[in-house]
Amino acid sequence: MRNWQISLLFFLGLLFVWEILYRLGLWPPYVFPSPSSVAHSLYKGLANGTYLLAVATSMRRILIGYGLSILIGVPLGLLLGRSRLVQTTLGPMVMGLQALPSICWLPLALLWFGLGERAILFVVVMGALLSITLSTADGVRNTPPLYLRAARTMGADGLSLYARVVLPAAFPSIVSGMKLGWSFAWRSLMAGELLYISLGLGQALAMGRELNNMSQVIAVMILIVLIGLTVDRLAFAPAERRVRERWGLQAAAP
Amino acid sequence: MRLEARDVHKCFRTRRGVTEALDGATFQVASGEFVCILGPSGCGKSTMLSIFAGLESPDSGQVLGDGSPLTRPGSDRVVIFQEAALFPWLNVLDNVAFGLQVAGMGRKERRERAIEYLRLVHLDRFQTAYIHELSGGMKQRAELARALAMEPKVLLMDEPFAALDAQTRDILHTELQDIWARTVKTILFVTHNVREALVLGDRVLLMTSRPGSIKREYEYQLPRPRAMEDHALVDAAREILGDLRVEVNKEREERYAQLAD
Repeated sequence: MRNWQISLLFFLGLLFVWEILYRLGLWPPYVFPSPSSVAHSLYKGLANGTYLLAVATSMRRILIGYGLSILIGVPLGLLLGRSRLVQTTLGPMVMGLQALPSICWLPLALLWFGLGERAILFVVVMGALLSITLSTADGVRNTPPLYLRAARTMGADGLSLYARVVLPAAFPSIVSGMKLGWSFAWRSLMAGELLYISLGLGQALAMGRELNNMSQVIAVMILIVLIGLTVDRLAFAPAERRVRERWGLQAAAP
Repeated sequence: MRLEARDVHKCFRTRRGVTEALDGATFQVASGEFVCILGPSGCGKSTMLSIFAGLESPDSGQVLGDGSPLTRPGSDRVVIFQEAALFPWLNVLDNVAFGLQVAGMGRKERRERAIEYLRLVHLDRFQTAYIHELSGGMKQRAELARALAMEPKVLLMDEPFAALDAQTRDILHTELQDIWARTVKTILFVTHNVREALVLGDRVLLMTSRPGSIKREYEYQLPRPRAMEDHALVDAAREILGDLRVEVNKEREERYAQLAD
């Protein structure tokens, strides 16, 4: 049997067990809904546009927030990896702040920006920024000295050395930082929306709880997993694989 | 370009103390000459090369190119390292054209130039290959093409064939002699292999163990192209090997003495 066939069988089995448990009637439906009512909720929510609106809102937020993290994080990482002054001043702060779950910024963000878009964007940026910065800085610091020496004897120095050698040499690290940053950003966004912020998938989740609509809660959870997984599989995994192959970090697929 | 080292001293400071790498190295290389620096491992011969490249600066003394001091890296002196320093994010052609791009040469022109030199090292069929797809010998050929494409006056070669298997190395010895004869470069070639030094060099400079200086100079009139197994060459090698062994032993005794402390 192929791997995907085994996976498929496993998940069908899981659905089957779920349905059996539901039919045994051990818990009331508002605590333990049936697979079909979850599927119905998913279908209804998508058909009447509520979930689509929620997905669109969350996606818009994450694209802006994550985009900002890359725009700030990569240059900051390049500085951090190259300049001893920045490394000894900002370095410990960046390391320290990474230990802080980004949702802890929400109270502060609410006071600074009020209950709205800018607060949630701030939390998303704080979630993704630091891991992107640290990975970029790591990549820069680990540039093989041999590459730098070779480039210098061929006349590259200063900015040209940076753009043509340091940045491409750090690229695999930057990509893994971006991948990590994406999953942090997605988690931060969900946490933020769940707590306070209107619209979005997190809000749909909170709404499900308030209405005692467990089918909706599970349907939205499934959507959140699917989006997270899709982006990882379709965008990051292939990018990372190609970079690793090209940089010779692993053997190319046979 | 005529190269000259005048009383070059160099120390490295590490956590374990100061290591004296070069102690008054003095020698000259005529323009268009192929000179090999031979010495036991760790004798400072690579450091000497880095100083000529402008990647390191001497503590005292100076190195000169055509009479003027060499203090910074310059594209008239290109280094070829032991491990190929080719960039994995560029294909072979773009690697060879790298220095030309840095110098601001137009795309079409630099590609033509790169292809010309790839042809010289018999690598023109691999223009679009990436570095991890090349064998060790092909990498060193690409490296050679990249250096030659800059059309430097001097090639500084730091044990470039040390990591290759014997057959590949022999082929590259022949090709390098051929390329040198055709392009008329000054070549300073560092090695710890006596016969390699004799195959390639017009002159061989033997360095003392660390701290390094020039111990002796050898000049044999061996006909080219040479191969490692030529009789005259093997005889010459025996003579040099005797002197080299003295230096190797000195280095070893010193290390044991350090261990005994």
